[in-house]
Amino acid sequence: MEETIQRLAKTSMIIPFYKIVAAGFPSPAQDYGEPEIDLSKVLQPNPTSTYIIRIKGDSMREANMPDGCLAVVDRSIRPYSGAIVVAVLNGEFTVKRLVKAGRNWVLHPENPFYKPILISEDADFQVWGVITHTIVDQK
Amino acid sequence: MIALVDCNNFYASCERLFQPHLADKPVVVLSNNDGCVIARSDEAKAIGIEMGAPAFLMEEMLRSHDVAIFSSNYTLYGSMSDRVMKTLQMHCHTVEVYSIDEAFLYLYDMPHIHYEDYAIQLRAAVKATGIPVSIGIAPTKTLAKLANRYAKQYKKAVGVHVLDSPAKINEVLSCSAIDDIWGVGPQYTKMLQQHGFKTAMDLVRAPEEWVRKNMTVVGQRMLNELKGIPCIEMETVIAPRKNITVARSFGQLLSDKTDIAEALANYTAIAARKLRKQHSCARVINVFLQTNNFRQKDPQYYRSINLQLPVPTSSTAELLQYATKALDLIYRPHYNFKKIGIILMELAPDNQVQSGLFDQVNRPRDQRLMTALDAINRSWDGKELVKFGRQSGNRRWKLRQEKLSPCYTTRLQDVLTINI
Repeated sequence: MEETIQRLAKTSMIIPFYKIVAAGFPSPAQDYGEPEIDLSKVLQPNPTSTYIIRIKGDSMREANMPDGCLAVVDRSIRPYSGAIVVAVLNGEFTVKRLVKAGRNWVLHPENPFYKPILISEDADFQVWGVITHTIVDQK
Repeated sequence: MIALVDCNNFYASCERLFQPHLADKPVVVLSNNDGCVIARSDEAKAIGIEMGAPAFLMEEMLRSHDVAIFSSNYTLYGSMSDRVMKTLQMHCHTVEVYSIDEAFLYLYDMPHIHYEDYAIQLRAAVKATGIPVSIGIAPTKTLAKLANRYAKQYKKAVGVHVLDSPAKINEVLSCSAIDDIWGVGPQYTKMLQQHGFKTAMDLVRAPEEWVRKNMTVVGQRMLNELKGIPCIEMETVIAPRKNITVARSFGQLLSDKTDIAEALANYTAIAARKLRKQHSCARVINVFLQTNNFRQKDPQYYRSINLQLPVPTSSTAELLQYATKALDLIYRPHYNFKKIGIILMELAPDNQVQSGLFDQVNRPRDQRLMTALDAINRSWDGKELVKFGRQSGNRRWKLRQEKLSPCYTTRLQDVLTINI
């Protein structure tokens, strides 16, 4: 008797109950299933080089970047004239539209109350990443 | 060929990415509890800050050189490491993540690539994550390590060095010190120096017989690797750990049992979560408690105890029960305790557990509870939203982390904020 109990104890196992399966008609949709749209794939196709930042201030208001919004920055995109970039100018972060004007590069705000910043040749300047999307809470 | 990709001053680079004004400034990162220096930028190395130096002894020096100091933010470093490793995996099938900031890439199945160009491209791809790396490529892991060192030291601008000819291998061997060799620790260094060895080249020229006699089979393997014969395999599958230890110093000395029990409960919860993550159960737990042996005026106490569990388990609830029992057995009042730890031992896969005949615990229910607990806590921005009562209290044990940077990549409330 004891031997039997021990053997049962050794061989018994828990079978988890995973999923409800329709016992009646199989769903006609079952072979056509697709995963739901994944927003993270839309917003960050290159996840390892993408960062989320928060914008404070209204100098980019007219580029759909209100104060307090989130922005998606991809560091793998090469900066180009017309791109909205996260730049580091003399050690400080800023976000502006990068524009080539003749031989010079300019950081252009999107708000008439702000002045464009001409990047002088001796400035310590670097583009940190290119902004690909902004996320604005409309509630 | 094998590549070794190594992040440059990894922890300092993680902090700098989000604070670019620190680009040319000395940066140091402190250990848990802000105790001593565990990472330095090149500028910090240049002004003579030593690895392991206690922070409180250097306050004046750190201030006078305007050194940026950070508490270690392992949440951030782990996330950045993940980005780097994922990028490497996009460029190579076989990646061995060797440590938080190093990986070996197996290139023998990519014989047609131009190694130097490949490495330069790879370096640029990883740079997009924000972390600068150096890359060494060579026929063996041990040589790849040396090539990497060489790239860091002599080819900083390119950050890449390929050992694709005997001449290049010899050059690197001649300018690598004996203790730069992977696997040569302080003891072998001492022994080899006593026998007049200075560079890796000296070791390669030593008779094989001598190496086998004085450095066993380990030395023989090292010798072959240095000669370009691969002997150390790629390890791409992470073996489940045999023990899980969670032990940390308190932010301040503690005597009160309630405070210590609270710390132990939290460490136990962490250990149990790790245990479940690798699908194991523990058969034995060890709890140890110790005073600070650097404070010589204080009476000293150290005790450790093993408890055998009736049935191997991974349930936090059950482990807490035994951890508390262990503390009851080893705790003594009136000491200034510095540290407590728990080690989960004799781990077995959780699907091979035999339940005891007189087992009173409802194991399936416990298991479901733990699964739910882990799922909830995973989905809440790294916060432990649901926990056991024993884990809450006045948190006197908490680590000192006065210079902690935000978790920029894992918590929405911590993302980089830019004033524009």
